[in-house]
Amino acid sequence: MKFTSISGAAFVALCIASGAVGAHGFAGKRFFPATLATEDPFVADELSLPTIFWQKSPASGDEPAARETEFAVDMSKRITENFGIGIGTTYKVVRPDDGDTERGFDNLEASVKYKFYQDDVHEAIVSAGIDWDIGGTGSRHVGAESFSTITPGVFFGKGFGDLPANVKFLRPLAITGQVGVGIPTRSSTTTIGDEGDAEVERHPHTLEWGLSIQYSLPYLQSFVEDVGLKAPFNRMIPVVEFAMSTALDRGASGTTGTVNPGIIWAGQAIQWAVEAVIPVNRRSGNSVGVLAQLHFFLDDLFPQTIGRPLIR
Amino acid sequence: MKPLLRRFVLVSIAAVACVAAAPAAAHAFLDHALPAVGSSVHEAPRSVRLWFSEPLEPAFSRVRVVDAAGKDVDAADSHVDASDAKVLVASLPALAPGTYRVVWRVVSVDTHVTAGDFTFDITR
Repeated sequence: MKFTSISGAAFVALCIASGAVGAHGFAGKRFFPATLATEDPFVADELSLPTIFWQKSPASGDEPAARETEFAVDMSKRITENFGIGIGTTYKVVRPDDGDTERGFDNLEASVKYKFYQDDVHEAIVSAGIDWDIGGTGSRHVGAESFSTITPGVFFGKGFGDLPANVKFLRPLAITGQVGVGIPTRSSTTTIGDEGDAEVERHPHTLEWGLSIQYSLPYLQSFVEDVGLKAPFNRMIPVVEFAMSTALDRGASGTTGTVNPGIIWAGQAIQWAVEAVIPVNRRSGNSVGVLAQLHFFLDDLFPQTIGRPLIR
Repeated sequence: MKPLLRRFVLVSIAAVACVAAAPAAAHAFLDHALPAVGSSVHEAPRSVRLWFSEPLEPAFSRVRVVDAAGKDVDAADSHVDASDAKVLVASLPALAPGTYRVVWRVVSVDTHVTAGDFTFDITR
């Protein structure tokens, strides 16, 4: 019916004109996948369910070595096109080599993020946000802190599609990164032992920094050169993430973190990813872990309902 | 399995099932093209054809071809193929050897916009 087709075209035009078609992870023709260990710079409607992490932690002081398994869920929601909120929780299972298995939820995490710069031609994006680890909402049995940590940070992404033609095979490269300062709401915690002795644990400010280096095979296929990759390889993005934390004060020093090489497969509405988690030094651990995630792009799955900004 | 973890797993499975059952209609990605992305061809093609991953909105999907100087060289008849809504086509005149850029901007049927470009060479 003519009325229907005209209405449909008018609806599409209205959506496009209103900017309601903004999307997860795009800056120009560059698609940035959602990263696992570091925060990506996009404001999006997305759901990570689940993120699974496994690693064996070394013995430390009186603490025995333990195998830790985590199951996490995170959801992000756009309030406006450029401003969004997020919430997440993690269920942890800690199996010490010597002792009983502990189970429980870690603290809830909430976040806000605002994208304030995007350059489609140069595939660049910058956003700022605040992450809030909400103290006292998790179980102390699995190490949840009784105090909060607030981490304001800046997030960025840059694709290299603007490189000259003589290095065209570097154009699928992209980086994303984050820099923030973790601010604990308590400077120290004092614990009184069974014999009445006091033990003071200090909580330093920390520099939280991370980087991801990505080589997008979809970008290579669609914009640089069709090298004949077929499914599933034509949707794969090899990635290396660096997730680091450096203590800044209160008698603490040094950096801990992991290097995570892995593969992300990004489809039309979902992506899955798996990464190895390699400690960068002895303080960060002594065994390789595994991080895996199933991720849903809600703006593609539910474009007219929960997948669009609340305020347009 | 402990009750709390069991509840978490059940809620997760239910949520994944709900999300997976949703009728996804997503961004239209360029799957392949003719002439192929970044290719060299010996004979001047008479059209460019682009295959996308999603059906396109004909009224808002366009492709054009420009030469090395940025001048439009296609026949200005860009259209979505009537027999396949995932295919975008534009006719070309007899082109001289050189490098040409294909520039496209499409809207998938759920109103998501994607855009991109690539080059191909005509050699003799």
